Order: sequence, then C-alpha cells, then structure tokens
Amino acid sequence: MSFWRRYLFSEDHKIIGIQFLFTSLVMLLFGGLLAMLLRWQLGWPGQPLAFMEKLAPAGMPGGVMVPEYYNMLFTMHGSVMIFFAIIPLLVGVFGNYLIPLKIGAPDMAFPRLNMLSYWLVPPAILIVCAGFFVQGGAAASGWTAYAPLSTTLGPGQVCWIVGVIVLGTSSIMGAINYVTTVINCRVPGMSFFRLPLAIWALFITAIIVALATPVLASALILLLLDSTAGTSFFLPAGLVIDGVARATSGGQVLLWQHLFWFYSHPAVYIMILPAMGIASEVLPVFARKPLFGYHSMVYAIMAIAVLGFLVWAHHMFASGMNPTLGTSFMLSTLVIAVPSAIKTFNWLGTLWRGSIRLTTPMLHALAFVSMFVIGGLTGIFAASTPVDLYLHDTYFIVGHLHYVLFGGSLFGIFAGITFWFPKMFGRMLHEPLGKLHWALTLIFFNAVMFPMFILGIAGMPRRLYDYTPYAHLAHTVGLNRLMSVAAFCLGAAQLLFIVNFFWSLFRGRRASENPWQANTLEWAAPSPPPHGNFPAPLTVYHGPYEYSVPGRPDDWLPQHVKV
Amino acid sequence: MVRPSLALRSGLWALGRCPQPTAPSPQRFLRVAALLSSWVVLPVNVWAASGSGVRLWLPEAVTTTAPDIDRIFYLILWITGAIFVLVQATLLAFLVRYRRRPGRRAAYTHGNNLVEIIWTVIPTLILIFLAIQSQRVWATVRGTPPPVDLHVEVVAEQFAWNIRYAGADGLFETADDLTTINQLHVPVRQTVLIHLKSKDVIHSFFVPQFRMKLDAVPGLTGRLWLSATTTGEYEIACAELCGLGHYRMRGYLTIETPEAFHAWLQAQAAEEMVSDTFQSGKGV
Repeated sequence: MSFWRRYLFSEDHKIIGIQFLFTSLVMLLFGGLLAMLLRWQLGWPGQPLAFMEKLAPAGMPGGVMVPEYYNMLFTMHGSVMIFFAIIPLLVGVFGNYLIPLKIGAPDMAFPRLNMLSYWLVPPAILIVCAGFFVQGGAAASGWTAYAPLSTTLGPGQVCWIVGVIVLGTSSIMGAINYVTTVINCRVPGMSFFRLPLAIWALFITAIIVALATPVLASALILLLLDSTAGTSFFLPAGLVIDGVARATSGGQVLLWQHLFWFYSHPAVYIMILPAMGIASEVLPVFARKPLFGYHSMVYAIMAIAVLGFLVWAHHMFASGMNPTLGTSFMLSTLVIAVPSAIKTFNWLGTLWRGSIRLTTPMLHALAFVSMFVIGGLTGIFAASTPVDLYLHDTYFIVGHLHYVLFGGSLFGIFAGITFWFPKMFGRMLHEPLGKLHWALTLIFFNAVMFPMFILGIAGMPRRLYDYTPYAHLAHTVGLNRLMSVAAFCLGAAQLLFIVNFFWSLFRGRRASENPWQANTLEWAAPSPPPHGNFPAPLTVYHGPYEYSVPGRPDDWLPQHVKV
Repeated sequence: MVRPSLALRSGLWALGRCPQPTAPSPQRFLRVAALLSSWVVLPVNVWAASGSGVRLWLPEAVTTTAPDIDRIFYLILWITGAIFVLVQATLLAFLVRYRRRPGRRAAYTHGNNLVEIIWTVIPTLILIFLAIQSQRVWATVRGTPPPVDLHVEVVAEQFAWNIRYAGADGLFETADDLTTINQLHVPVRQTVLIHLKSKDVIHSFFVPQFRMKLDAVPGLTGRLWLSATTTGEYEIACAELCGLGHYRMRGYLTIETPEAFHAWLQAQAAEEMVSDTFQSGKGV
C-alpha cells in the first residue's frame, strides 16, 4: 500500500482517529494563542505588544489592538475551540479510535465514509481561517453569529459560515457511522448493557450530532443567503445600518437565535458526554473497582441527551421573548442538572472503598469530576431566569462555560489521551512529566477562570474590548492582569504536554498490550493494534468493570475471558 | 506542613530522577495543592484587586425588584456553595482514605439502588424549590407592571442610546417629544416603563444596579419596567455584541427626585427650542 493510501487517505479507523488527534491538537494550540492575545488586551488595555505589529499590522497597528481585532479574536477563539478542537477531539478522535476496538469489531461499518468525514475537516479549517486574509479580517460576530450583526460583517464572516457548514457535514457523516457500527458490529456476548460507558456516551452523542447538526446547517444556509443574496430570513423591515436603509422586510431576528441554539445547546452536551464517558472508563481502572451504578449512568446519559434538546432558549432569557417561555425553559434547565448530579455521585461511589492509584490519566479524570462540579453548579445560577437577567452576557457566564469546557471537556480529553496513548502508539508517556503538566494546568486554569465568576457578579459584561471607562469596572485592571499572567503560565505549561507527547512518541518506554491491567476489549489487542484489530473475533462473557472480583488472584477480569 | 525532605523528594521525583517514594505523599501533596489552588489563589486575586477598598461584588441595588433578585442569587449561592464544599471534601477524603495500600483490595460492588433513588430525589426537590422561588421573582419583573407613571422610549443604535420622552401629551412621535442621546433621567419612586427598540443590530440595555437587562431587538419593542428606590448617577452598558463600538456604548442614568426630574425635562425642552431656532433660522 502506498504511503498515501496507508497514512494519508487511510480507511482504518485508528489512523483516522490519529489524524483527527494531530489536526485537533494543532487547532487547540491555535485557539489557545488567540486567547492569550485576548488576555493581553484585558490585562494591559491599550498597551502595545511590540511583536504583533508585524504579525497583525491592520489589527494591532503599532502593537496596539483595535476594537475590531478584539471582536475577531474572541469570535475565532470560541469558534476554533468548539468546532476545530473540542468536538473533533472528543467525537472524532475517541469515537473513531475506540468504538470498533471496544466492541470487538475490525473497523467501522463504513470505512470510506469515515475517511471522507476526516478529510472534510482540513478544508473547513482552511475556509474559516481564510477569513484572516480577506478584507476586514476573519469573523467578528462572536461564535454565536447573531443576526443582524453577522449579516453585515464582510467576507471573513462569510468564510466562517461556509467553513462551519463543511465541518457540520463531516460531523453528520461520522455520526451515521458511529451509530451504525455500535448497533451492528458488536461481537457475540457484547449486549448493550455490557458496553463500556465510553461507547454508550459516544453512541448517544452521535445520535445528538445526527439530529441537531442539520438544524445548524439549515440556519447557516439561511444566514449565508441573508448575508450574500439579499434575502430577509432574519432581517425585519426598517433597518438602518451604517447610515444606509436596508431593503429587507419580513424577517425575524430571534429566529436565528432559536435555530442556532437548538443546535448549540445539544452541542455542549456533544462536548461533555464523551468526556464523561472517558471518566467512567478511567476511574474504575485506577480505583480497581466496578463503576458504581452502571445502569443509572446509562439512563443519565440518555436523560441528558433528551433534555438537552429541550433547554435551548435559556440562552435567550434576556431577549424579550414571551415570559411563559422563560418559565418553561427554566424548568427544563433546572431539571437537566439532576442526571449530571447522578453521574457525579456515581463517580464518587466508584472511588468509595476503592484501591486508588494516582496515575496521570486518573489525575486528569479526577480533575474532570472536580472542575465539572463547579461548572455544573454555576449553571444553576444561570438557569434561574431572574438571576440570569443579571448574569447573562457577563463574565459569570464566561467562567461557567470555561469550567465545563476546559475543566470538564479538556481534562476529559487529557485523561483520554494519556490513558490511550500506549494503545495508540505502542509507547508509554513520561509519567512524572505528565503529572507536572497536570498540576500546573489545574492550578493556572483555576487562577484564570475562577475570578471570572467574581467579575461577572460585579457586573462586568463580556466581549468588551475596553472595560476601563465603566466606573464600576475601572478598578478591576489589577485582577484582570493577574488572570492574564495566569493565562500565559497556563499556555506555557502546555509545552510540557507537547514535549511529553512527541518525546514519548519516539523514545517512550515500549508499551505492553495491557499496561493498565484493564478489562475492555481494546486492551486485548496489541499496542498498537494491526489493521483489523483482532486476529480472530472475540466473545464477551461479562461487563466491562469486573475489577477486584472476590476469589480471583488478579484484581481484573477482561471481558473476553471466561470465568 | 511540608517537611523539607518531602519537598526535596517531590521535586526529585517530579524530575524523574529517583524512584517513586513509598508513601504516595508527593502525589497527594500535589493533588491537594492543585485542588486547593483556586481557594488560595482567589482571595489573593481579590485582595490584590481591591487594595483600593473598592467593591468586587454585587453593586448596590437601586430598584424595588433588585433585592428580590439578590435574594434568589444568595439562596442559590448558599445551596450550591454547600454542595460544592461537600462534594469536593468527599472527593479529597476518598482519595486519601482509599488510596492504594498493600494488602487491601477494593470492594466489589456494582452500586446500590436505594442510594441512587436518594440522590435523585433530593437534588430534584432542591431544584423544584429553586424553580418556585425563581418563578415568583420572574413573574414580578417580567409580568404585568404596576400602573405606569412615566413612559420612556429607548432606541439603541450603533453606538448610542437614543432616549425619547413623550412630553405633555403622553404620546411618542409627536411635536412635544424630548430626545437626548445617552442621557436617561428617571424620577425616583415612580414606575417607569422603558420601550426598547433598535435601529440596526441587537443591543442590550443593562444597568447592573437594576439587576436587569433587556435585549434591544430590531423589529420588536421590548418592555422593561422599574421603580427606583435611590437617587444617584449610574451607567448603562450595552450587553450584546453590536460591532466595533460595543465597548463604548455607555449611557448615563440619573435617578432623581420628581421635582429635579421635571426641572431637567424643562431645561432640556428649552435647550431644544433654542437649538431648533438656531438650526431652522426661525424665530420663537
């Protein structure tokens, strides 16, 4: 097989998963750099940052950021992180890599579709990032792209719309593949209630992707038409923008928000469920104890998925929509806290009376649980409609979203990478370096994000290029500066991960088939598995979490080993 | 207390230069340090920022409904705060108590249905309670307002607030209207109804001291009512991204006695007549 077919246009789910991994990690780094530029402006408002004059002469003339550039930075930070980092890392990497292996299958149901779904991602990235090179710069509407503003912002915004449509297509393809594979390709004995939690999570996530993403695609097409073809889906009569009266009429501004959030709220569950699944895999392995409440955990995932489609308008409490909608969406939003709480208690139950080993994957999984609790609890403030009238569009929400997306999703991703790296690459990561990366990341992450709750409570709106003119905010420069320093340290700490990753790729200690002594089927294949994964089809005899079974000499019992 | 030898061992261990110490102390030390980080870092941050003695918390509440919102905020704060402490403490306790020790095996249990029911029902009850408490306040702030003493129209645009008072005839878009840019005056202890519109894109009318915001949506007229309790000068911020001038879309809100308010209205009317005269070249 030529290099092209083997490594570049591979139809092997493992290669595709690794392709997603490298692409998404690069985008994660890029999104992080954008954030650090934002934090520069927030910590040193209006101060020049010398080297940026060369890199962004229009956006930072003389090294001083202009407001349009700031708006573009937070738009692209959010968009890159959500569409090109977190979703591909959780759904593209772990979905692709783990599903066939953990159900005993040789590959996905549709390998060619799988290859296509990866190869739509680099074009999507290029199209969105082409915005950086067009007049007016990249999209600057916020990742939420509210109309009418997003219809007025030039070619960079159009690049964003088209690129996200392409990415959505990739997601839908992957989702169809995952659902089909899980339903049809399980080996004998692997009943649904013997599936590892990570597979349940990815399976249900894929259903969410398949149902929600088409709504986003439709909304984006309408927005594209309003931006380029003179239509009025979201544009009412009487608009006067830049001194020019627009010829639009008949559109509803809030329709964009309903359509957008109908996708984007389930999207946040797309970004957390796989991470929850990863935590549910890692905790039992390193507590040497069965997952507490397997059935409850599965039903909780289903409940989150269903309820996740019923809460979208909690992003619109301040929009002036009918107050009765405010009530109904408040109720559904408060209710969705229950299954998340159930999952948290079951993770604690998994640790209770365990025999806990604090390896790097375990530390990341524990940080996931701990930080996700903070993210989830702060969501309750936002769920209460009257309180949200105050907190909406303030830094409280920015803090909340970063605790669930970084504290939750990203620590879950780190747990997954450090846990499955030996399987993927046949080598162990450097454990002490991994622990140091974990500790510094956790400390600096909290140092940047926790004060955001305080700033939000003090009334600091989000997306402000310069907050210092406001009397109630002028004195927060010191705090913002400290947060920015922490953000730079957080960014620097990721170098440890990068070094660890690449050094271990070439010089890590060779990994055995099952270095963690875990039960699920991927640990019965070589590290890394060959094309086709297993020499002969396995048979499954019990669930995935049979650890410390009484009367057995080993404290683990693989799924394919008969008692 | 961290003994020097422990710190040294932790440091060397972190560098990968010596075998793992027998007790999991370095991991536990790092773990505790990392998890407690926010609780140490935060007070340091707040102290550093509030060195001038300025408040870094909810601003003063200046309307009749703002304290109601604060009440729900504090209710949620205490409940979630208690849960936060409980859960994090349990997590840390388990990590210490159930760390791997030679000769001790993990328990073999798949769960407990009773416990599942308990920890489903209790959070549900707490959340229903919060829903009921919140709904009461929501119905007040977004429901039918009390009898309105003053109607004001606020039309947001990129990047200013256009304020319009109806004048003596009580109707908008008539000759006796009074308009200002970015200057909103309201009388204290009277019910004011703001009619909120937008000319171009979505903006959001936000006064932190009201604990209230409402989006200004093109094509719609939003309605926001308030009854101020304290006189003073405050700022209006735009709370929905509206373009490159979003950050400087700052308005000025003055709450004053009804007498001062009417005096201000008359002064504004006189100014407008004078400037109209100059502009149109007509006599009075």
